[in-house]
Amino acid sequence: MATNANNGNQEFIRHIFFVLVENRSGVLARVAGLFSARGYNIESLSVAETENPQVSRMTIVVPGDRNIMSQVRKQLSKLVDTLEVHDFSVEDRDIVDREMILVKVSADDGTKRTQILQIANVYRAKIVNLSEQSMIVEATGNQGKIHALLQCLEPYGILEVARSGRVAMARGISEKT
Amino acid sequence: MTGKPQDKTEPAAPPAISNEPRATLGAQIVIDALEQEGTEVAFGFPGGAIIDVFDMLNRSEKIRFVLVRHEQGAMHMAEGYARSTGKVGVVLVTSGPGATNTVTGLADAYMDSIPLVVISGQVATPLIGNDAFQEADVVGITRPVTKHNYLVKNVRELPQILRNAFHIARTGRPGPVVVDIPKDIQKATLEHGVYPDEPLLPGYHVRTSAPIEKVKQAWDLIKRSKRPLIYAGGGVINADAADELFQFATRANIPVTTTLMGLGAFPETHPLSLLMLGMHGTVYANKAVQTCDVLIAIGSRFDDRVTGKISEFAPNAKIIHADIDPSSISKNVEVDVDLVGDAKNILRDLNKLADRCDTDEWVELITQWKNQYPLRYNHCGDEEIKPQYLIEQVCRLAPDDAIIASEVGQHQMWTAQYYTFTRPRCWLTSGGLGTMGYGFPAAIGAQVAHPGRLVIDIAGDGSIQMNIQEMATAVYNNLPVKVVIVNNGWLGMVRQWQDLFYQKNYSATELVRPRPAKDPSSYGSWEGQDYRPNFAELARAYGAWGKRVTKRSELEPALKEAFSNDQLCLIDVWVTREENVYPMVPAGASLNQMLEGMA
Ligand SMILES: Cc1cc2nc3c(=O)[nH]c(=O)nc-3n(C[C@H](O)[C@H](O)[C@H](O)COP(=O)(O)OP(=O)(O)OC[C@H]3O[C@@H](n4cnc5c(N)ncnc54)[C@H](O)[C@@H]3O)c2cc1C
Ligand SMILES: Cc1ncc(C[n+]2csc(CCOP(=O)(O)OP(=O)(O)O)c2C)c(N)n1
Ligand SMILES: [Mg+2]
Repeated sequence: MATNANNGNQEFIRHIFFVLVENRSGVLARVAGLFSARGYNIESLSVAETENPQVSRMTIVVPGDRNIMSQVRKQLSKLVDTLEVHDFSVEDRDIVDREMILVKVSADDGTKRTQILQIANVYRAKIVNLSEQSMIVEATGNQGKIHALLQCLEPYGILEVARSGRVAMARGISEKT
Repeated sequence: MTGKPQDKTEPAAPPAISNEPRATLGAQIVIDALEQEGTEVAFGFPGGAIIDVFDMLNRSEKIRFVLVRHEQGAMHMAEGYARSTGKVGVVLVTSGPGATNTVTGLADAYMDSIPLVVISGQVATPLIGNDAFQEADVVGITRPVTKHNYLVKNVRELPQILRNAFHIARTGRPGPVVVDIPKDIQKATLEHGVYPDEPLLPGYHVRTSAPIEKVKQAWDLIKRSKRPLIYAGGGVINADAADELFQFATRANIPVTTTLMGLGAFPETHPLSLLMLGMHGTVYANKAVQTCDVLIAIGSRFDDRVTGKISEFAPNAKIIHADIDPSSISKNVEVDVDLVGDAKNILRDLNKLADRCDTDEWVELITQWKNQYPLRYNHCGDEEIKPQYLIEQVCRLAPDDAIIASEVGQHQMWTAQYYTFTRPRCWLTSGGLGTMGYGFPAAIGAQVAHPGRLVIDIAGDGSIQMNIQEMATAVYNNLPVKVVIVNNGWLGMVRQWQDLFYQKNYSATELVRPRPAKDPSSYGSWEGQDYRPNFAELARAYGAWGKRVTKRSELEPALKEAFSNDQLCLIDVWVTREENVYPMVPAGASLNQMLEGMA
């Protein structure tokens, strides 16, 4: 029975792709272009060199359905510069995923500062900058933790947020399948 | 009819760069690489940013260069050359406008899996990004329409990049590769340059054969089926697997339908052939798709012009899909057995297992459909020329090994339907992108590769005007292509849609002198029309042979004369104007809903 590959399995899911690519100029544009050309969304994307300077690692969080995940996987693998593609459901317990965040919070009196400091301690966050009007909090964690921290800081007045995007890694010796 | 024979045999001695390392200019590395890759001909157009490469090019004794009149022409020539030979087509252009003029050709080759290497000049490295004269971000512009592209940043990388470019273009699912070379790198010297034997592409893998268990699984499914159908596409042509396909289909007794890109993959004279399927396919091919219980797709990609409404496509069938590109599998239609690999190897493996299937009843049923619903058209008037009739006559008068190119539109569909294709690599058409202006330069490119063969471009009066300037290229290079214009005075294919789906509101589709909109009765006629340009006179102005044919009795003599002389020829045939292409599945409809038109 011929079923439309674009119609079945429309349950909404979210995958984290780890992509190892050759560290050449234009690779990021190629990957980003693939998503825009085919109409897939990117929720977050982070790129940096790996232990091998010739290789970069991208972590891409992609929302969609099962068929989109399968096409994204095939299309990423098809790029000439791609060395490896792995993907996991964001709920998969076999991966560790983290994001770093910088939050500038309004803190113009001593009580507020003390309170913010306490919140930071609870979340094992750090105060990395202090000015007369504001403090910058730095935190690292999974999505749940980041979300909770932001909620706690919200009442003080969040002036600015910078997030790194998620990076992730499979547990155990190697993610190679 | 013959062109000047070209004594371009296989390249003999390897050029200096490969054997004895020595200091070489970047521009020379390019030429050496082309020679090393077996390039016998390149198409293109010069300019300031590529002048160094051209400076070396005309010192090469192995490479013939064809100077075109527009870079788009060079692209389609290279495509015609590549498709008709199986070799990589090579194009050389300058920066900026030279490179941007290649974009349509790149997109065309990318869609239709044509191997090309396009080398473009770029402004000098220090100027890149400064909006320099004739600068364009060529890797940026061409990224979505190439299989891969490179901006060369150092002359040391140049040999390896060129080696990689050819490898990527010709292997796997073939496609176009752009190598953008800044002017200072063409002028730079490389000490001890060696042309690499091997590509260096750690992330690029091509699966050449499918796992044997999968092939067995496919064969078991086929063997158990009652109504199997082969749906063969352009990938069979790419793989040079027509013989293996023939063996498989005839041994197992399975009917074969081909896509537009697959025409010639299976002889249309064979009783198992159902001709083309899809939007303008035969009724019996589409009925067979809707009735089959196993559909064996080989080197075809379930394009929407083939499937119609996907949810109703092949409703009773298990689907086997053989394709070299994993991303092609289950892209549009969920597949039951995937065979990722080269079609030739897969068919060879299948042939080891294949024996005759129990399909006599099925073949018999299809034969009945063939008799019941043949392709057909009516003659009207003694001297009127129906476009379908014109194609039949071209087919009758052309030799078996003639190479047929087409432009895009109704004439293309009539050629697909009424020309009998029996061999692979004899049909050049723009299927995926549908590029008007493709056919004439593609025919020129094929003629360069096959000087002794008859090469015909079946053109529309609209499309031919998109690259008609290449008449000069053909004349000066003694390329005796035959252009047959199926002249209906319309952008006929668009007019057909307006006729069927837009209440005959013929907005902007008439190519002859526009008539008062109030008088639709005059639409179908040539009465009082004088086509501009006069194509026959235009051909003569270019130094070619040209003739206008308006009566059926004049047709055969004109075709015979054109096919037997050794010049570039153009025959402008005025056909019945308001003819539509049937059968037709309206876009987005199910294959069951064929419009059969007049009977
Ligand atoms: C006006 C117009 C009308 C059209 N109407 C129709 C119509 O009625 N019917 C029709 O069929 N088409 C029609 N087309 C063409 C259509 O748009 C597609 O171009 C065509 O159907 C695609 O053909 P294909 O599936 O053979 O794939 P191709 O585009 O030829 O692709 C080849 C496939 O084979 C694979 N492949 C490549 N090399 C190999 C190898 N070595 N081994 C294995 N696999 C390989 C590729 O990965 C790819 O999936 C029309 C086009 C136009 C312009
Ligand atoms: C470059 C380009 N522009 C527009 C189109 C849309 N189009 C498809 S067929 C067609 C008409 C072609 O007219 P003609 O060459 O006379 O062929 P006919 O259909 O009349 O046989 C047009 C305009 C196209 N395919 N390519
Ligand atoms: Mg026309």
